[in-house]
Amino acid sequence: MEQYSAAEKIYELFSEKALALGIPEPVLVIAAYAIPCLVVINLIQGAAGMLTYAERKISADIQNRIGANRVGPFGLIQFLADGVKLFLKEDIIPDAADRKLFKLAPYIVLSSTVLAAIVVPFGGSFIVADLNIGLIFIIVVSSLLVVGFLMSGWASNNKWALLGGIRSAAQIISYEIPTALSLLCIVLITGTFSLQETVMSQGLWPWQWFIFHNPFSFVAFFIFFVSALAEMNRTPFDFPEAESELVSGYNVEYSGMRFSIFFIAEYGSIFIISGLAAAVFLGGGNIGLDPYESPLHMQLLMVGVFFAKTVPLCLVIIWVRWSMPRLRIDQMLTMCWKYFIPIAFACLVATAIWLLVFNGNGIFWRMPAP
Amino acid sequence: MSREELIAKLNAALEGWLDTNEQARTMPNNDIMIVLRSESLLEAMGRLRWDSAFEFSVLMNHLGVDYKDRFGVIYNIFSPSLGRKLTVKAYVEHEKPVVHTLESLYRGINWYERETYDMLGIVFRRHSNLRRLLLPEDWEGHPLRKDYVYPESYGGQDHSREDLLDSCASGKTAKGDSDG
Amino acid sequence: MAKYSSKEMVLNMGPHHPSTHGVLRFILQTDGEMMVKATPDVGFLHRGLEKIAEKVPWQSFMPYTDRIDYLASVNCNLGYALAVERLAGVEVPERAEYLRVIAAELGRLGSHFIGFGALLLDLGAVTPFVHALRERETFNDLMEMLTGARLTHNYVRIGGVSHDLPEGFLDKCREFVDHLEHEFIPEFNDLISFNSILINRLANVGVITEETAREFTLVGANLRGAGVPFDLRKDEPYSIYDRFEFDVPVGRGKFGQRGDCYDRYWVRVEEVTESCRIIRQAIDGLPGSGETRTRLPKVFKVPEGEAYVRTESPRGELGFYIISDGGKMPYRLKIRTGSFSSITIIEHISQGVMVADLVAIIGSLDVVAPEIDR
Repeated sequence: MEQYSAAEKIYELFSEKALALGIPEPVLVIAAYAIPCLVVINLIQGAAGMLTYAERKISADIQNRIGANRVGPFGLIQFLADGVKLFLKEDIIPDAADRKLFKLAPYIVLSSTVLAAIVVPFGGSFIVADLNIGLIFIIVVSSLLVVGFLMSGWASNNKWALLGGIRSAAQIISYEIPTALSLLCIVLITGTFSLQETVMSQGLWPWQWFIFHNPFSFVAFFIFFVSALAEMNRTPFDFPEAESELVSGYNVEYSGMRFSIFFIAEYGSIFIISGLAAAVFLGGGNIGLDPYESPLHMQLLMVGVFFAKTVPLCLVIIWVRWSMPRLRIDQMLTMCWKYFIPIAFACLVATAIWLLVFNGNGIFWRMPAP
Repeated sequence: MSREELIAKLNAALEGWLDTNEQARTMPNNDIMIVLRSESLLEAMGRLRWDSAFEFSVLMNHLGVDYKDRFGVIYNIFSPSLGRKLTVKAYVEHEKPVVHTLESLYRGINWYERETYDMLGIVFRRHSNLRRLLLPEDWEGHPLRKDYVYPESYGGQDHSREDLLDSCASGKTAKGDSDG
Repeated sequence: MAKYSSKEMVLNMGPHHPSTHGVLRFILQTDGEMMVKATPDVGFLHRGLEKIAEKVPWQSFMPYTDRIDYLASVNCNLGYALAVERLAGVEVPERAEYLRVIAAELGRLGSHFIGFGALLLDLGAVTPFVHALRERETFNDLMEMLTGARLTHNYVRIGGVSHDLPEGFLDKCREFVDHLEHEFIPEFNDLISFNSILINRLANVGVITEETAREFTLVGANLRGAGVPFDLRKDEPYSIYDRFEFDVPVGRGKFGQRGDCYDRYWVRVEEVTESCRIIRQAIDGLPGSGETRTRLPKVFKVPEGEAYVRTESPRGELGFYIISDGGKMPYRLKIRTGSFSSITIIEHISQGVMVADLVAIIGSLDVVAPEIDR
């Protein structure tokens, strides 16, 4: 299948009119690529903002508090106020810090999240680029986080930050493996790395989703979800920024907007990971129609379906954070290397055998005719 | 074991180590207090600690006191097997206040002795880590001595409070205190 | 070319660190995450209370005792008052004794909420801490009713207590105690106590054996967590504690070795229930009316003498060694606190644990910095 790209689509749609208006071609090309990027960056930031609001409200509910309720109706735009506050804060770079790396680190962390958003199918034709290596791409760019965390930990010239950076390296690299392996179970079924195709081969109804394809993909979903929690540094795996142990971990020396960029990235990746889980395991925005050929209102319905699956996953992640204590770093690594990786491998092999035995069919899911 | 029996036993067991000027006596809280000679503190306390008739194995408290003419070191020890508390006191001369540490008997006494050294300047011989505990390393003097003079400044910061302390000592601020 | 050598990293934990309760500093020698040694450095909160005591009249020292342990100030008031009363031979009215017990046990509850709540917070569980704080808030309200203050209560006086009960206090108190015993503690245990992550973090960590606990003069819940059933309220009853029926929770190695962090945590949780029982009995036994304070002479002097009186504060044995020269002020006053002995053991048991375990150990020992430094 031809690779779909939102930029090309935009170019196709508007090039004739624009060229007729006399806009030079290079400008048009740049604009066609810039628009989806801007949309995605803002989507991530908006999602991060709304998730911080959700986190405040949910934690408040769990803890018998009221939570944010001052800025806007129900405190809904509290995150904007927070953003303004962080913008106005003094940007402090420690004297002993490595200035270049210190400044670069937050952008690497953020770019990792934003890059991952490129291949996530938000339902319908709302996808920036349907790469044929989509899943590999997402695994690779999410590993960029390690670079950012290590860089910030090292550049801060602070021992706590360094410990946080090293912890995050150990953690993210370890949990990459079960994450990738559990995604591979699905790749075995679909035979493609493209996310849009993965979504399209599922259906509207739960029994058409890959989570219920076979018992092993069911296990793989939970391995994926927990490992993804660890990759995002969320409780119970929030070691790199373990507040009570490492003060604040890798971002301890950051302030103002640089600090908030780490948080935008963290909440953005919650959204991305939930979206990925929804797309790969829970059918994404699939309502049984072709995403590219459907009319606009059906495409928007697909987006709605996608969000209806993603948001509960985000809320689960928040819920887990506020009800669990933190593991210890060695227990976390034990869990990964002694349990998750073997189980993920077993799932992979078992899925392969299942597909071989049942000729590619799942419990309810049927292999489409070639 | 009654109190009298215990006192008799203590007197017998610690023969020669007790301060001859002082008698074993009962304190207002019904504890027994014995006074040891400071030279023989370690031997006598070792006897109290290890002798199967006493087994005063728990150190409850340790403090030093400045009696103006001499220092006192006080140990409150407790025997779980007898269920009895004992207060052991030893006097140390003011000019050269040195006693042997009891670290070999009670491991937890380390910090107590450091505090006593910090506050009163009583030196514990053979103590493993006799440094100041609560006050900064470069602090001058030992605050709980009765002849301690308050420093007027520390680290370049002036904090003389002569007036306040004087008025406190003369009892001016103490008016109406009986009412809490 | 720069020379690289591999040696231990010296890490400065505190005085400003989220999990060194109060202002406390540890100098850690670590090999990566593993700890070689943790040396406590104390004295940041040293206010010279023992020196102040030599400069203020007997009764005027009472507000200072609030500051010994600000989480359970009534218990410190009580210890000091008992010591002075013993030395001066002051009798306390019956009703005041009951009020003291009610206030002191409430203080124990309030302190334990912070005690195990902060431990859980250090382990990354924020919600249980907030739930414990919610109960502490009720405790604060009750104490505000009783004493007029929310933190430094200054309730006990030499020879009694400062005020009689306010109206409606007993009902609220009983309601609070019932709520704790029947609602809060079961809910709290469901929420966190039996959480497997928590058990993994606390069980078999920071094990203190019976002998070590005795050697390092550990007291209170830390000693009981090590398996020694020693509670001054039971073994050496002061005030009127001999009239109440309660159990002494002891560490039994619930999920690991005896004397680990979980045992210390669990002893505190169980003590909440026991304190509730005592409060209920004290409310039932409270005499209907009567004096709440013995009148003392305008110039209160304590006869010459020395006494060491110890009480069971939430952090263990709180002892006052008082020397009087017969004057208006103490000649020497030594405060022996539970946290002081707890912190001496940290250096001993922190060898070879991880940084995260140190946090759990500090939290489980329930160290309060002002009590160490005084």
